Amino acid sequence: MRLGRVGVVALTVPLAALVLGGCAPIEPWVKPYEREHLADPIMSFNANPVWSGYMDHAYEVRESAHGATGSVGGGCGCN
Amino acid sequence: MGWTSGIPARSLTATLFAIAAVSRAAVLPDDRADLDWHDWSGGGVTVDGPSVLVRKKVNDSLSLSANYSVDMISSASVDVLSTASPYKEKHTEGTVSADYLHGNTIYTVGFIEGHEPDYIAKTGFFSISQSMFGDLTTLSFGYSRGWDKVGEDVYPHGYAQGDRMTTWIGDADHRNWNGGLSQVLTRNLLLALNLETGESDGTPGSLANPGSLANPYRTARFLGPDGLVHAEPQIYPGTRTGTAGSMQLKYYLPWHAALDGSYRIYHDTWGILGHTLSAGYTQPLFTDWIFNGKVRYYRQNAATFYSDLFPYQDSQNFMARDRELAQFDDWTVGLGATWNFRPHWPSWIEKGTVNLTYDRMHIAYADFHNYAVGGTPDNVPLYAYSANITQFFISFWY
Repeated sequence: MRLGRVGVVALTVPLAALVLGGCAPIEPWVKPYEREHLADPIMSFNANPVWSGYMDHAYEVRESAHGATGSVGGGCGCN
Repeated sequence: MGWTSGIPARSLTATLFAIAAVSRAAVLPDDRADLDWHDWSGGGVTVDGPSVLVRKKVNDSLSLSANYSVDMISSASVDVLSTASPYKEKHTEGTVSADYLHGNTIYTVGFIEGHEPDYIAKTGFFSISQSMFGDLTTLSFGYSRGWDKVGEDVYPHGYAQGDRMTTWIGDADHRNWNGGLSQVLTRNLLLALNLETGESDGTPGSLANPGSLANPYRTARFLGPDGLVHAEPQIYPGTRTGTAGSMQLKYYLPWHAALDGSYRIYHDTWGILGHTLSAGYTQPLFTDWIFNGKVRYYRQNAATFYSDLFPYQDSQNFMARDRELAQFDDWTVGLGATWNFRPHWPSWIEKGTVNLTYDRMHIAYADFHNYAVGGTPDNVPLYAYSANITQFFISFWY
């Protein structure tokens, strides 16, 4: 099957845009000066690692589900 | 007798990686120290003890941390009361780790070692965290490898005599892979995605040995031909592979407060499917105070080889009656308060916080009854209990 001229253009232009676009730097859509709220300590996912560590531990030894809390985890008989 | 405690080692250091996984820029963690006292009371079990965490930068690219925690356990749980005597024991755990910053990448390596009289767990871990797209995106990957030595304590002359003998019944090895993505979505909204899979290999169970992935102190129940409930050893598979995926969102509210929510799904080769939902709210007040509240819900179905009461003896190749493998759900409601202060002395401390948290957890089992061996299964209610979890900790930044 031969591609017509339109077909070649239709394939080439998006591909070229994709490839060349990948080389262009991505402009941050939230500028550094717009991150005041995100930098507030109350926006931390884990402000108190000792507290959350113990709570994770308390759950893991009573529930089968574990992991995907952002932690690497470790073998400890928690199964 | 640490297995029956239900509180084997789990690392606080693991949680430290959560910081790396969800950080919004490639910067080393703050220099800080945390002194914590935790207390669990529920289901006939009390666990309390201290935990100390210290983190310090050596230079602009290297940060070291160390953690040591102790659990003093006193157990008279439903499992212990049905097959053994109440007991007390101590569990300790130590962790060391190092974070190295190079460009926008943080490399982390560490080691954890936990000790109970009948359980020794050693874990090595490594992770990489990369910040990109103007610090709007952070990708992370982690791997850990664990080597556990599993034993069973026996008291030939009774627990009161204290002449404990530990029989080492097998090893359990663990391999774990974790990937994470944190993303700034808007100037007020953060997203974190995590995917984790882990596999455990241990001594397979048999009629002579429940297997090293099982709890050797617990027993299966079967209905005898005499109509009474009898006990027999559990038999566990020698392997288990589980995968969990989660999504977290955090939103900054216009009146200087934060709202967060998360969902996690878990599935493993033992047939367990678990769902976790949580939501939280954080509100600063009166300049120096931060209050927060949370609610969490979890539910799971039972493992394929779990039964509350097997129909007859040796009825399956694998048999389990550990409550952790039963069908149940649990709720947790928690409140916390933090007071921020800046001490005048000593001068090297920049700031500190005093924190008190209280969590109330309720677990209700759908297929676990408190059968007494030798009794009949008639009119025995489903098991449920509530627990109080209190933590008091002081943190310093320097």
